[in-house]
Amino acid sequence: MKRFVRWLSILALTVLAGALLLAISSLPPAPVKLAGEVAANLAVSGVSHPVTAVLLNFRGYDTFLEVAVLIIALLGMLAAGLPPPPPTGSRNAMLPTLARLAVPLMVLAAVYLLWAGAFRPGGAFQAAAVLAAAAVLLHLAEIQGPWPDNARGPRLAIAGGFLLFLAIAAALLVNGGLLRYPPEQAGLNIVLIESGLSVSLAVNLAAFFLLRAPKS
Amino acid sequence: MSSGLIFAATGCLLFVLGLGGVLLLKALLRRILAFNLMGSGAFLVLVGLAQRDGTPDPVPQAMVLTGIVVAVAATALALTLARRWQALTGREDIGRVGDAGSRRRSKQRERRKAPR
Repeated sequence: MKRFVRWLSILALTVLAGALLLAISSLPPAPVKLAGEVAANLAVSGVSHPVTAVLLNFRGYDTFLEVAVLIIALLGMLAAGLPPPPPTGSRNAMLPTLARLAVPLMVLAAVYLLWAGAFRPGGAFQAAAVLAAAAVLLHLAEIQGPWPDNARGPRLAIAGGFLLFLAIAAALLVNGGLLRYPPEQAGLNIVLIESGLSVSLAVNLAAFFLLRAPKS
Repeated sequence: MSSGLIFAATGCLLFVLGLGGVLLLKALLRRILAFNLMGSGAFLVLVGLAQRDGTPDPVPQAMVLTGIVVAVAATALALTLARRWQALTGREDIGRVGDAGSRRRSKQRERRKAPR
């Protein structure tokens, strides 16, 4: 019986795959060309890379809520109860040395990614991912211990980036719209928000891995 | 068949693979991974379909970038819940509803009986 259900569901999934493939291959061409709209408004967005322009100017609201979602996920983790600190592994002399060499380069790469986001692929999220990976690497190499759940620094950093974004969004309400930058200040606002966000997002992403319940 | 359409087709297959994993696998960790695979498939469909006429579209790309970060956050939360579940019940999968609780209660009953 169990085997029969299994084969039946595999058959149903194959049919679903076929239907999806048929659907995407027979789609009519898109009626609106958003790429053209973005290219036409790129000059007033304050940056010259279209993806960054969409993320932080045309659809800044989405990015704002995304940062809030990350904080909510962290709150959910704290509410569910953090896992205990892992047992310390066998100490390998290679890993700490390698981590000490790699982490400064990773920080440099993160700063470059943040700066490059204005005119080529890159930006706050990529920079934050590299920074968070550096923190996790330091933890795995046992150079840096886990963060206790009542650590104040990570909380301040995470809230700081979000509050900076919120403050800029609220200040722009005077212009009659949330996150509607005046074109001449758009570049400055985006750089401010992105710098705050990369620190806050990096700490948030690292906290998913590094926050541990205190040793009891 | 343009390269965008190939990306979208791959995305569809990944989505169905992930869906099969979520439905058929028992271990929680595998289910979370399968759910991530579903998400990756959806992202690939979004990006692929938007550039099937050859020009990349920055709007879906930005949406997918947002989606990836949210998926990471959701995965972290799911993994914490899975670990909590494991710590509370000692199990790495979810059976039928009420199964784990009743088994634990019967174990406790046995333990209470044992010393007498």
